[in-house]
Amino acid sequence: MSKGFFKSKLVHDFFHDPSAVIGSLLLVASILLAFFAPSIAPQNPYDLEKVSLEHFLIPPIWMEGGESGFLLGTDDQGRDIFSTILYGFRTSLIVGFGVVLIAGTFGIIVGLLAGYYGGLMDTVTMRLADTLFSFSTTLIAILLLGLFNRSGVLIVIIAICVADWVKYARTMRGSVLEVKEEAYITAAKATGAGDLRLLLRHLLPNAIPPIFVIVAVDLAVVIMLEATLSFLGVGVPLTEPSLGMMISIGKNYMYAGMWWLVLFPGIALFLLVIGINLFADWLREELNPKIE
Amino acid sequence: MLRSCLIYSMFTYIVRRLIQGIVVLLAVSFICFIVFRSAGDPAVSMAGQYATFQDIEEVRKVFGLDKPYYIQYIRFIANALQGNFGLSFVNRVPALPLILERLPATVELATCAIFISVVFGVGLGVLVSLKPYLVRNRLIMAGSLFNISMPTFLTGILLIMVFAVYLKILPPFGRGETVTIGFWRTGFLTWSGIKHLILPAFTLGMYQLAVLLRLTRAGMREVLTEEYIKTAWAKGLPPRKVIFKHALRNVLIPVVTMTGLQFGELIAFSFVTELIFQWPGAGNLLLTSIFEQDQPVIVTYVMLAALVILTINIIVDILYAILNPKIRYE
Repeated sequence: MSKGFFKSKLVHDFFHDPSAVIGSLLLVASILLAFFAPSIAPQNPYDLEKVSLEHFLIPPIWMEGGESGFLLGTDDQGRDIFSTILYGFRTSLIVGFGVVLIAGTFGIIVGLLAGYYGGLMDTVTMRLADTLFSFSTTLIAILLLGLFNRSGVLIVIIAICVADWVKYARTMRGSVLEVKEEAYITAAKATGAGDLRLLLRHLLPNAIPPIFVIVAVDLAVVIMLEATLSFLGVGVPLTEPSLGMMISIGKNYMYAGMWWLVLFPGIALFLLVIGINLFADWLREELNPKIE
Repeated sequence: MLRSCLIYSMFTYIVRRLIQGIVVLLAVSFICFIVFRSAGDPAVSMAGQYATFQDIEEVRKVFGLDKPYYIQYIRFIANALQGNFGLSFVNRVPALPLILERLPATVELATCAIFISVVFGVGLGVLVSLKPYLVRNRLIMAGSLFNISMPTFLTGILLIMVFAVYLKILPPFGRGETVTIGFWRTGFLTWSGIKHLILPAFTLGMYQLAVLLRLTRAGMREVLTEEYIKTAWAKGLPPRKVIFKHALRNVLIPVVTMTGLQFGELIAFSFVTELIFQWPGAGNLLLTSIFEQDQPVIVTYVMLAALVILTINIIVDILYAILNPKIRYE
């Protein structure tokens, strides 16, 4: 099976699976909206000169009392909900991709080394991984952020990474243990290939496919986690836009019937996450040779 | 001979797990200690707002904060072992009883949540696995994807919006009337307590429901193709017996393990649920303490959570070893 054929089969399958197409469309749309937020958004909600308190709690444009210029209404500070969602996507995606990149790289390296060398290295890292897993990424991130009392996008990324690398390390280790037994690895060893060459040229590329699924699933999990942290008040600071924080503010107004403060950011977050999950589901089935 | 050998290896396995647990607890306590010391001078916090310089020095001496760090750490551990984690900066009362007093509310909520997620997760999982291509069952699977994509706080808020704000059939927050039996304040015994429990319990149970559903479905689909299940059908056993007694029993092992291993997640999402529903539990207390920077309460909570999680892990491991004789104690 040549590589070109594999590629074209993947592309063919992708376009014949509606949920995969819808999922990636949602993700791509969110990324584009986030990237071009400054030019699409009618208002920069975090520029104090543009936001005025006199426009506070305006309902969506199609409801009585709605004002043009505020498509989905405004919050208690007079921020345009639509614009804030676009800026919120930016934080979600920065944290999501940031964690996947940092935790993923670290986890892949740890899993590669643990699987290849085994022994004490393997025992120690996997025990650590078990412990971190049982405490869960969510709990560790909340408690670390609470204990250290610092906030900021980078701090949130680091707090999530502390336990998140475990998923990557475990998957990578399992995959390496399988690939290690293949004949071509033995052959490469017999030709006198060094450890570094074996690890980077042979093990890494052959053991990595299962990681792609983890990346997709984890991106969705991390985006929800960032929103949760900000909702609890331990995530990004008040000066940064975040979907979780919008919902946290909105929850104070829902008893008064002002549903738009909660519902629109909620729907936005949900669409982003389900888009990624739909894509991840497709990828899982596609990369799993057992399912035909 | 074989039996005594097995018991011996089981014993060493348990001892090793216990030692490992103690090492983790020490590591957690060390992190807490560092945080405690780096978060500002505890002598200043303890002496209070209107303390003079001399008062602060006095406090420093009394609490041994003038000693080297390693001695302070040993004292910290020694005190922790006796359940003494210091006074809350805000309420000026010992931190441990403060948390223990809130624990019944959290335990009741978490128990109901686990019950809901296991009953619905496993029940729907079995249902879907029997006839995966029925429209109804495809809808259930689609619903599980929705469930996975919905963060807990959003689930809670939507439930409040629908059932409390619009339909007005369930209370949006609080715990309702409680009855005190000994040290335990329970909400199970009053109608109002039960009504207040429904929404939070579903919110907290929801996060794991889909995970258990998918796990059960996958397990059932695998087990249902096994020879012994075909034999059971061939014997003419009623479907109820085949499905629940023969098939489901083997699927339950990973379900139990998963529920045990996800306990850290359960605690984390109890914060979220308690915040949304203003549930007077330990998680809500923790969030308030974080907000007020009440270090002794946070540290006590962290140590307590670590202890509970490690204990549950060890119990699950031992149960797993007993249920599954194939496991080797390595």
